[in-house]
Amino acid sequence: MSVELNGTDVDTTTSTGEAERPLLQIKDLKVAFRTQTGDVTAVDGVDITLYRGQSLAIVGESGSGKSTTAHAIINLLPGSGRITGGQILLDGEDLAKASKKDMESIRGRKIGFVPQDPMSNLNPVWSIGFQVEEAIRANGIASGRKEVKQRAIEVLKQAGLQDADRRLKQFPHQFSGGMRQRVLIGMGLAADPQLLIADEPTSALDVTVQRVILDHLESLTRELGTTLLFITHDLGLAAERAEQLVVMYKGKVVESGPSREILQNPQHPYTQRLVAAAPSLASRRIQATGSIHAAEQAIAADAATAAGDELDLIATAEARAAALEAAASAPPAIVVENLTKVFKIRGSGDFKAVDDVSFQIAKGTTTALVGESGSGKSTVAKMLLKLEDSTSGRILVGGQDLASLTGPELFKLRSRMQPVFQDPYGSLNPLRNIGNTIGEPLFTHKVGDRRSRRERVYELLDQVALPRTLIGRYPNELSGGQRQRIAIARALALKPEIVVLDEAVSALDVLVQAQILRLLADLQSELGLTYLFITHDLAVVRVIADNVCVMQKGRIVEAATTDEVFDNPKEQYTQDLLAAIPGANIELGA
Amino acid sequence: MPSNTRPDQQHYVAPLEETPLVAIDKVKAEGKPSNLWRDAWNDVRRRPMFWISAALILLVVIVALFPGWFTQTPPNNDCQLSNSNGGPVDGHPLGFTKQGCDIYSRIIHGTSTSLSVGLIVTFLVAVLGVVFGAFAGFYGGWIDSVLSRIGDIFFSIPYILAAVVVMSVLSAYRNVWVISLAIGLFAWPATARVLRAEILRVKNADFVMSATAVGVSRFRILLRHVLPNSLAPVIVITTISLASAIVAEATLSFLGVGLPSSTMSWGNDISAAQFDLRTAPQTLILPSIALSVTVLAFIMMGEVVRDALDPKARARR
Repeated sequence: MSVELNGTDVDTTTSTGEAERPLLQIKDLKVAFRTQTGDVTAVDGVDITLYRGQSLAIVGESGSGKSTTAHAIINLLPGSGRITGGQILLDGEDLAKASKKDMESIRGRKIGFVPQDPMSNLNPVWSIGFQVEEAIRANGIASGRKEVKQRAIEVLKQAGLQDADRRLKQFPHQFSGGMRQRVLIGMGLAADPQLLIADEPTSALDVTVQRVILDHLESLTRELGTTLLFITHDLGLAAERAEQLVVMYKGKVVESGPSREILQNPQHPYTQRLVAAAPSLASRRIQATGSIHAAEQAIAADAATAAGDELDLIATAEARAAALEAAASAPPAIVVENLTKVFKIRGSGDFKAVDDVSFQIAKGTTTALVGESGSGKSTVAKMLLKLEDSTSGRILVGGQDLASLTGPELFKLRSRMQPVFQDPYGSLNPLRNIGNTIGEPLFTHKVGDRRSRRERVYELLDQVALPRTLIGRYPNELSGGQRQRIAIARALALKPEIVVLDEAVSALDVLVQAQILRLLADLQSELGLTYLFITHDLAVVRVIADNVCVMQKGRIVEAATTDEVFDNPKEQYTQDLLAAIPGANIELGA
Repeated sequence: MPSNTRPDQQHYVAPLEETPLVAIDKVKAEGKPSNLWRDAWNDVRRRPMFWISAALILLVVIVALFPGWFTQTPPNNDCQLSNSNGGPVDGHPLGFTKQGCDIYSRIIHGTSTSLSVGLIVTFLVAVLGVVFGAFAGFYGGWIDSVLSRIGDIFFSIPYILAAVVVMSVLSAYRNVWVISLAIGLFAWPATARVLRAEILRVKNADFVMSATAVGVSRFRILLRHVLPNSLAPVIVITTISLASAIVAEATLSFLGVGLPSSTMSWGNDISAAQFDLRTAPQTLILPSIALSVTVLAFIMMGEVVRDALDPKARARR
């Protein structure tokens, strides 16, 4: 080791004294970003203590400073960010004051890092083997071609890649997301570091893959004795995977300590909000108590409800269940029969994206279409919206067959059925103001005159709880959640009967997500809307849907009421999906 | 795992006063509304380079429109061979050409030619480029194949070479319009390609799908949603293409296939002066400076606009 402390180094290995020294101790850390209008503090006095062999999770919404804290530890702050105060002690050595050269020898060797997005963190023009070998060489673990290659194979095998020697020659595009993340984990652990930092290591992956990867990471770090610090926005996941929890809000730590304790007895109002709004926990709670009603009653006594009604997902579910008891026997608004979609792919023949799918949605109810990426759920939505033509099968909307509709009839049908898409940043035209965006459906369908259209836009803004002053503003000034409200307002402009929500809340922070789910539930009971809710997240389904169709590889493998699917899943795949909801082994206070 | 908590790891709760909770997802919309164009304007007007190039361009435009404000000396008549290649004298601040004409007056009067060619070519390039690029990118399929192949054919011929050929064939009709047409007809494919690529990117945006689901017609989607979001790079390259069109005109005139020598043009003057570079360098250098400054002004403007409109370039700074 080239880094030496000035004189006062204590031999830690033999100190069997009363107080064990933490591996990582962050004291009053402050990080600021320089902007045109002066310094903006992103991390404001954070304290974290982590002992050898422990695991710790930092939880918070986007912009809370959780990633910045992690990046500060390895001195990889982006752009104009810099540490403005405090200490980061790794084994007693202050990383905040370490030179660039010292940091280079610490990165990889003492601290491993697993980045968030496995898709963009491997260089597509180099083979996997080359990139792993590069990491090994840079850390000086092995030298000589043969040894480096040997070590690369070892590392990949350890990360759970079978036939690693063959895979060395392959390129990133030949790997799935989960496999790439394994490679990155392997690279992070290549030099056997004492501390591994993982920045949202699985948020880009499907839930079942996420579970496998996290299981593997857990057993691997336990085997190697690596200390693990990871960052996540999912409270359920954090509590399940980490012994210690740090909740961050606006650059500060609002609550920290043993994760079970925090989860069962959240003290800070912000943590209480998070606990109430996390879908994974809400779904577990409902599960644990047997019914939504019981969960609601159980939680009523709990401190978590102090956070306010509009954020508690269980309250949302309860309100929905009460409003919709009558709707079960309503006539179907959508009937899908034997729907199939075949894409022709150049070179490799046909690909069946949707395979013989049938389901019905009763008027005024919500059916969730659940599946992982590539399951064909979004293609079903696009065919229903007639943005894509079906290969075979029938779609009836209010008794009308979609396939035969063209021209003016199709145009009329569009006003009865509207979508809300996933990406809040892509679904609004950045160059048109909010008023024009919400009013466009009215203008297109020639509803009323200018003044009455404007009135309707105001009404819609009220409905989605946004101020009327937004009418002349542009989307770039709004947050993701607010943009999604605008998209909902636009979808409701023509008073449709059906709204297709394609991953409409997946890109949002949990609190905002809870708010939007509540809004959707309220709008449904108020306007009698029928929802097709497309999602990869079963936890959300428990709160919002009456019926569930589970899709896998283009087929519906299980379809039943939400309660049945959750209480008594028949298919192995559904069971896997349910088990993959984070928070499975958590005993909740209730 | 030890059940008792270790030092510094006990359950800590921050006092509420330290981080007061704010309403979730509060709307923060103060000040003036802003979008891409307004942001770009706010960005641009803070840069000295924008004001310098804008001032130069304005000067060039004024000179081109009102040459009489700057000189009373006629550029063509009143030339006396006795003044051939003469130095500056009273009333003739820059001296004389080989033919004994006033250099200052010729530069002033040549401005409108250069600017007209630049503007006409840019207009042609923009119209052809936008129409071809937008239709090819947006409608795709066979329309794309046909339009893109046409573009490729024009693209494969260097536009200076093509213009030389066209101008030689049409030697009887040499004027500002014909030379602009000859340059513009072969210069548009670059613009069309850039726009097509941009349209291909934008047309997959969710807001386009959302407009389709509302029932907005294809053409209106192109006009209202796709095109406005694809125009930024086109504006940048047309600004720069204005400069290259001015250069192209000078090049053609210099080669003797541009405008007739009776037309006042910087290219013609440079061409006429080429044989006297050693004896009277000012006759070549002075119109060249006028040309360079004008071209530089437009290129600088193009750079400023690119920086303001391209968020990627902005991030790099």
